[in-house]
Amino acid sequence: MQAETTVAEPNVKPVETFRDDFTYSNSPEAIRRFPFPFPEDSYMYSVNIEPHNGGPPGSAYAPAFDIDEHYLSEIEERRRVLEEDPSRCTVLPHMMTAQWDTLELLMESLSTDYPQHFTLTRDGDRWTWENRLLGIRDTFTFGDPETLPREPFEYITRQVQGDFTLHDQRDDMLYMDGGMLTCQADWSLQFDLGMNFHEWHGPVPRAHEMGIFDRALKYLLNLQVGHPVRRLNWTMTVNPRMDTSPENYHKWGIDRARVTPENVGDKAHLRVELQALYRLPRSNAVLFSIRCYLISVNELATIPKWAKRFHRVLKTLPDDLADYKGFIDYRPLVVDYLSQFDDGEELTPGAAPG
Amino acid sequence: MITSQQPSIPVRVAGIDQVTPSVKTFTLEHAEGITLPCFSGGSHVVVTMKDAQGQVCHRNPYSLTSPPDDGRCYRISVRRDDAGRGGSLFMHERLGEGDLLEISAPVNLFPLNVLARRHVLIAGGIGITPFLAQMHELRQRGVPYELHYQFRDDDGAPYRDAIAAREPTATFYESDRGEYLDPLAILRDQPLGTHVYVCGPAGLIERVSDAAAQLGWPARHVHAEAFTAPPVGEPFTVVCNRSEREIEVPGTASVLEALEGAGLEPPCSCRGGACGECETRVLEGDIEHYDHFLSDDVKAANSRMMICVSRARSQRVVLDL
Repeated sequence: MQAETTVAEPNVKPVETFRDDFTYSNSPEAIRRFPFPFPEDSYMYSVNIEPHNGGPPGSAYAPAFDIDEHYLSEIEERRRVLEEDPSRCTVLPHMMTAQWDTLELLMESLSTDYPQHFTLTRDGDRWTWENRLLGIRDTFTFGDPETLPREPFEYITRQVQGDFTLHDQRDDMLYMDGGMLTCQADWSLQFDLGMNFHEWHGPVPRAHEMGIFDRALKYLLNLQVGHPVRRLNWTMTVNPRMDTSPENYHKWGIDRARVTPENVGDKAHLRVELQALYRLPRSNAVLFSIRCYLISVNELATIPKWAKRFHRVLKTLPDDLADYKGFIDYRPLVVDYLSQFDDGEELTPGAAPG
Repeated sequence: MITSQQPSIPVRVAGIDQVTPSVKTFTLEHAEGITLPCFSGGSHVVVTMKDAQGQVCHRNPYSLTSPPDDGRCYRISVRRDDAGRGGSLFMHERLGEGDLLEISAPVNLFPLNVLARRHVLIAGGIGITPFLAQMHELRQRGVPYELHYQFRDDDGAPYRDAIAAREPTATFYESDRGEYLDPLAILRDQPLGTHVYVCGPAGLIERVSDAAAQLGWPARHVHAEAFTAPPVGEPFTVVCNRSEREIEVPGTASVLEALEGAGLEPPCSCRGGACGECETRVLEGDIEHYDHFLSDDVKAANSRMMICVSRARSQRVVLDL
């Protein structure tokens, strides 16, 4: 037995919805462990990459892949998205070794971080996987796709929160050659599939000119097995909607015109992605995990420091970034609403709640 | 950001084989008996060697030659270089079975292109090492490939017999008997979609690259193991601008090693001038570049250097460190 628990025990809720009636909400515990992304009063790009080797006990950074109270809800939402559009999970044929690498990494990490919910038993190539949260128990032969009900990448990423992309490394370049995308912030796997690192980052303003992508690519090409790295990214979303894909823009785009001074606290959500990058051992590919967290402005405002800081960040964010992130139209409503919480007090540095 | 001081893997020397008069193969197992990470063909590890006092004396990269999907052990092959900087001599003379070493996680700077329809592997001497793991991978994947292996004489060619027994596609060239591989002849009739990989002496790499260019091969289909052992040279002084320190670089140590010896921790990874991690701004001084990372323009401008392999031509160099 371990002397201390560093990974939070997820108190998994029954299924809530990310569409139609939007029953999703965060418990006070989930709010306190929300990966708030602003250590300072203003925001600008940086190569904000750090080793992904744990974090404060109970935080979203402690496990390799965070399982939280929304597990069943997000797994069900993924299932619904894939039912409507199976192409949201696509992996190019040359990435089969990377698929198995992904399956191994996720199974090993989950069973180590959450032994109460997941068990991996290995007997040579004969593996047994138990996921007690979903009632799954499968025995299969590692390396033989015929022995699993789906291809290995889809099989395992249907059981883990967050989106995943797979990147082959060729010619000192990374290519997006596969992914599972059902909770993305307005970008499309079918559009980006096969693109190189510079191409799929094409729409991002400023960062190319700042040399961010050149430095980030060089860094990622040297990523080592066993030494994953992470960063945070963020945007805003109206309603707790996971699937803000271009494919379904007709369903959610109009929501942005429906934010009013009366409903902004409940409707506007801060959307944070805890992104981690892993070098995969056999394929030399890179696995990119994009774990999405949603919190309403009202939930966020229960932490006074976060309300003040978010107010200042939004107020000073350059227009081109607010435009690129897709919330420039309703930003004034959020800033006005948050101003009631901001007395101008000098805040402690760092993103911690207190 | 990540620096050279990443956690390393503790290993025990489980076996030493003298495979030729000048090459030894070391079998390494995890010191705690657990499995080692799988890797991809072409990967290397950096081996950290410590002297009797426990001080780091050498850090050298070596290609992994064992089957990539076998986590029970790693194997590396080391050619003894009596004129080198001492790392290979340490491995040959000081290391015994049961000794402990530290290695980095595997890193692949010489990967196979998975989209290639066919692979042509060209090895010179000890340059055979990355191909041993790659051929294992290619056999498993069922992708067509052929090996061309140039060496001086049969006795000095590591793994010649094992390869002959296992690889029907292998062709051997023994230069003592006047046999030399002809890159033009090898590459001329390859089908579209073929990639060529070369590892060995600089002259061999150049001849293969020239032949491929002459035949109109796309540069992206030509791959060379770009590692360079840090060369031996004249001593000089490094001035670190930011930390205001002066550090002497002996003829047998690289700038990186001298800085590490002085307690600094500059970022680095491959220690062979290939990965780009240790790129450092040069404020003053004339640089002799040995890396394969910086562009010719940058090299000529003397504005940056890879401190793992490159040296100063001047007696003094000022770095932005």
